[in-house]
Amino acid sequence: MNPTPQPLLELRQCTVQFGGLKAVSELDLTIHQGELMGLIGPNGAGKTTAFNLITGVYKPTSGDIRFDGDSVVGHTPYAITGRGIARTFQNIRLFASLSVFDNVRTACNMHLSHGISHALWRGAAFRREEAKVEQTVGELLEIFRLNHLRDVCATSLPYGDQRRLEIVRALATRPKLLLLDEPAAGMNPTEKVELMNLIRFTQERFGLAVLLVEHDMRVVMGICQRIAVLDYGKKIADDTPEAVRSHPKVIEAYLGE
Amino acid sequence: MNWKLPKTWLIAAITLFAIASHFEKSIDPYYFDILISIGINILLGVGLNLVNGYTGQFSLGHAGFMAVGAYTAASMTIHLGPWMAQWTGGDAAPFLCALIVGGLAAAVTGLAVGIPSLRLKGDYLAIVTLGFGEIIRVVFQSMESVGGPRGLAVPTQPSHYLFWTFSSAALCVYIIVLLVNSTYGRGFLAVRDDEIAAEAMGINTTKYKVLAFVIGAFFAGVAGGLYAHFKQFITPEGFNFLRSVDIVVIVILGGMGNTPGVIAAAILLTILPEGLRAFAAWDALPDRIAEIIRNRMILYSLLLVVLMLLRPQGLFAGSGGIARRLRKKGAGAP
Repeated sequence: MNPTPQPLLELRQCTVQFGGLKAVSELDLTIHQGELMGLIGPNGAGKTTAFNLITGVYKPTSGDIRFDGDSVVGHTPYAITGRGIARTFQNIRLFASLSVFDNVRTACNMHLSHGISHALWRGAAFRREEAKVEQTVGELLEIFRLNHLRDVCATSLPYGDQRRLEIVRALATRPKLLLLDEPAAGMNPTEKVELMNLIRFTQERFGLAVLLVEHDMRVVMGICQRIAVLDYGKKIADDTPEAVRSHPKVIEAYLGE
Repeated sequence: MNWKLPKTWLIAAITLFAIASHFEKSIDPYYFDILISIGINILLGVGLNLVNGYTGQFSLGHAGFMAVGAYTAASMTIHLGPWMAQWTGGDAAPFLCALIVGGLAAAVTGLAVGIPSLRLKGDYLAIVTLGFGEIIRVVFQSMESVGGPRGLAVPTQPSHYLFWTFSSAALCVYIIVLLVNSTYGRGFLAVRDDEIAAEAMGINTTKYKVLAFVIGAFFAGVAGGLYAHFKQFITPEGFNFLRSVDIVVIVILGGMGNTPGVIAAAILLTILPEGLRAFAAWDALPDRIAEIIRNRMILYSLLLVVLMLLRPQGLFAGSGGIARRLRKKGAGAP
């Protein structure tokens, strides 16, 4: 893999400390434009903490996070989404009372140039923008074969479709980097194969960088170009799937000595 | 969706109220009182519905904002009213100014209360807003310049009261319906459904919560101004905790996040106590039953309990989102 001069996301020596526990310790992580990267590790290795660190839920105790050239340390989660990092959730978090269409529409919110006064006056500019949002959402749903369900309540969809809808919703924020938090959790083997195709398709179609946090080895090994392995908050490996598979430290972390 | 439609409705409604207002003198004062109370309750209910229903923030201090609006509007009429009436040659302009200033004062109070308290959620937010509501009431109670506990008399009641009340209510409904049906306004619903997900989708949840609070407070302030000029006498006791509860009941009975339902509930809950009064005075009723009904608040409360048991999702909510959500929550509770 040819490293581009400037990575899209760069974690420099990030540490998160909860009291005496270092959940993540001096973590260096880089993701380049258009890269599909996996982040794995045993339970409690700090994967979710790393995830929350990138999305702005936690602030690093020390270290720096740079996205697209600027530091995003201390930014609120919605501001970080605004800069181009979107995420899905391990336990699906769709807006339960909204339709499939409205779930995606809500994610277009931050790109609106109109505010409250436009919404009340409903002039030509407002209508134009609203029509554009409607079109964008319609296209996204069409791509992911959810358009026929657009008026259905989001939580009444089958599990696999809900996962798909979460990805669509994240894409509506127009991200440069998509973070997927254990998307294969609770899926059967057939659904996992579908999910792998979906992730690959999304990444290619939208030219995104993807960071995948996942337990399921087959999924991660199957689609990721590069894999970072965490254990006890420390990064123990960062390499291609083949190299990681035979890395002695990784084998030790997963299987014990 | 046809965007022109709501505007047409608003203009039609205001025209209708303007015409109807010319005949308000021929309405029996008792019924007129009920009618105006309905309008005021619609304003309060629909405004609070934006906070409690659409945005999912449980506020229990709405009467406090009503008090701010009532006292501000009343003070304006008392001190500036005669002077302004001379300039404009009528009571309409000073009254309109008083209502708007009352609403703005309440909105500013809403902002001041909302920013610190909206960090909290659920029961904690309810208690904090309750506390603020009581603080506001006590402040007015100890302000001698507005009569303190003795209350404040407003010298005049403007003409065409029906028009003013119901046009304000129509405007309030119009604004809130338009707001929540725009992409921007979907943010309120997103905040209610899942704050963490909303934040991750780029929605500034704090801004939305405070905005809902401020808009709700504004309309409560307008309602307060209308109330003060209609009753022509206000006391701090009139804006106590129980008044806040009345408004919350309107919202819950109407269905959280269901504007038509809340309007219906505002009408029903204003008429119901008066209807029971008439029912208790009915001759054909056996004495023993009449005795129970004479204490009509017992029956009123009982009816609320029955309504809540039969339609926990609100009067008009069909398979609406919030109803499903509440059911789901209930089923999942330990």
